[in-house]
Amino acid sequence: MLLNEFLLLGAALFAIGVYGVLARRNGVMVLMSIELILNAVNINLVAFGALHHTVVGQIFALFVITIAAAEVGVGLAIVLMLYRNRASIDLDEVDAMRG
Amino acid sequence: MVFAETMVAQHVAFGFIAAGVIIGALRVVTTNNVVHAALWLVVVLASVGASFLLLGAEFVGITQILVYIGAIVVLFLFGIMLTRAPIGHTVNLTSKNWPVGVVVALAIAGVLGYTLIDAFGTDHIGNDTRQLTAQVSDTLFQNYLIPFEVISVLLLAALVGAIVLARKE
Repeated sequence: MLLNEFLLLGAALFAIGVYGVLARRNGVMVLMSIELILNAVNINLVAFGALHHTVVGQIFALFVITIAAAEVGVGLAIVLMLYRNRASIDLDEVDAMRG
Repeated sequence: MVFAETMVAQHVAFGFIAAGVIIGALRVVTTNNVVHAALWLVVVLASVGASFLLLGAEFVGITQILVYIGAIVVLFLFGIMLTRAPIGHTVNLTSKNWPVGVVVALAIAGVLGYTLIDAFGTDHIGNDTRQLTAQVSDTLFQNYLIPFEVISVLLLAALVGAIVLARKE
């Protein structure tokens, strides 16, 4: 297998995730797009680990999965607070700090 | 001969995985239904898990299924229901400045794609890249024991923080 097959797949997934973070209005959808970005990183880590015949890439991918779980927990709690305070999770309406 | 057949099988499998990842990810960021987005996310995560298996990373592939599809997607569905997002078709899930997002995403894809083709154009991953769970656990609990413990404390802190944030006053 070519290394670039996996790296380009990761790059495409990363770009789609960045589009989702920038273009989505719903807070939960933005968190989903962040998951896409983290998965793109994991593909790269495991592919480079396979290239160099080392398990270190896999271990860092496991760390990234752990961080993703923590991030989703805290992120959803923040979105829930937003909903409780404003009865909406539309991120375009969160403009309290606009000058 | 066996070598060539394995190569063909790997490329066919990669084609299916890449199609699942790209189509699923595009549907996640474009669909107008929040629950459908979470379900398309399952397609993406399962395809990424399959690509880990194709790369011979069995433990990471299984962890991907267990943690992402088993736990994180369920958390997302809980989040959707707790915030009472309209279940079903909604307009206005996409912000009005989405063209900026398209430009940035295409720029990132272009720069990354050019750089990757320039730098790793002909690098081959070996045909047999299997790495057993035993090897992963040996390295994890010998060389990376302290980061492992630190990350478990971080996970505990994050979950306690999430409970404190989400608790009713």
